[in-house]
Amino acid sequence: MTSTGCELRPEADVEDDVAGFRASGGGATARFAAAQAAIIRSLVSQVAELVGGESMPPAPAEPPGPAPDASDQATLQAMAAQFSVAEAAELPDDPILARLLPDAYADDVKASGEFRRYTEIGLRSGKVAAAQTVLDTLPASGGRIRLSATDAQAWLRALNDVRLSLGVILGVTDDFDDTVRSIGADDPRAAYIGVYQWLAYLQESLVEALL
Amino acid sequence: MSVAPAQVQRPDLDQDADLDLPWVTIVWNDPVNLMVYVTYVFRTVFGYGKPKAEKLMLDVHHKGRAVVSSGAREAMERDAETLHGYGLWATVSHDS
Repeated sequence: MTSTGCELRPEADVEDDVAGFRASGGGATARFAAAQAAIIRSLVSQVAELVGGESMPPAPAEPPGPAPDASDQATLQAMAAQFSVAEAAELPDDPILARLLPDAYADDVKASGEFRRYTEIGLRSGKVAAAQTVLDTLPASGGRIRLSATDAQAWLRALNDVRLSLGVILGVTDDFDDTVRSIGADDPRAAYIGVYQWLAYLQESLVEALL
Repeated sequence: MSVAPAQVQRPDLDQDADLDLPWVTIVWNDPVNLMVYVTYVFRTVFGYGKPKAEKLMLDVHHKGRAVVSSGAREAMERDAETLHGYGLWATVSHDS
């Protein structure tokens, strides 16, 4: 685990669109610049697409239907979705998905597969729904937003999923300074370091606003 | 539902003794989750008071893992599922 360092805390008199969240009527409020809103919306959308993917079939429990007409795109998609559900008994290959949808049993592949079969659809849809809440409550133009307690919970989960994903991309370890040193300035991932730290600050401010 | 405590003698159920051992949900340390967030999740999900939630969080942080709940297997799987929803790295295991 980690904590945001004091150096990430902006001075009290800085313009308040970098001040993070504060408590407001049982929920939380914050102001975002358009560029900040764009970053959050983009990252949250990407995680939602990754998590939603093809494993979000409209009717996952249905048994396979009759042989598909090759021209029937909808049927093919349904088949593809069913295939991915069957595959979902194993830890996802994608390292980000593997972190967002971890095995529930450390040393029992079979039990992990069973758990995954029963829970993965719900987990994925919950994460997509949290991402959607962020998109619904954060205008692309930014500005001040006010979140209900329920929306704020969704924000916390969505921000956390984005941070976990960035953590995988950046190869974050317990010593964040090591991580930063291992990523050179000309590494395309370098741009994510500041975003990762900012999102940590934002998430922490949201937790504190809800306490 | 809660499971019978270990000290209760149940000689008639020796063959099923295994079934009476509680299962546990374990949360593992990871370098990304924020300490305040993990504490918040323990309070929100389990209703633990601040001292207990913070102690569990610090156990995870310093010892690498902590048992955060115990009981029937199905209940532990529900806890793990909920914690996965919050992005915590949780597993279920038999407390043997």
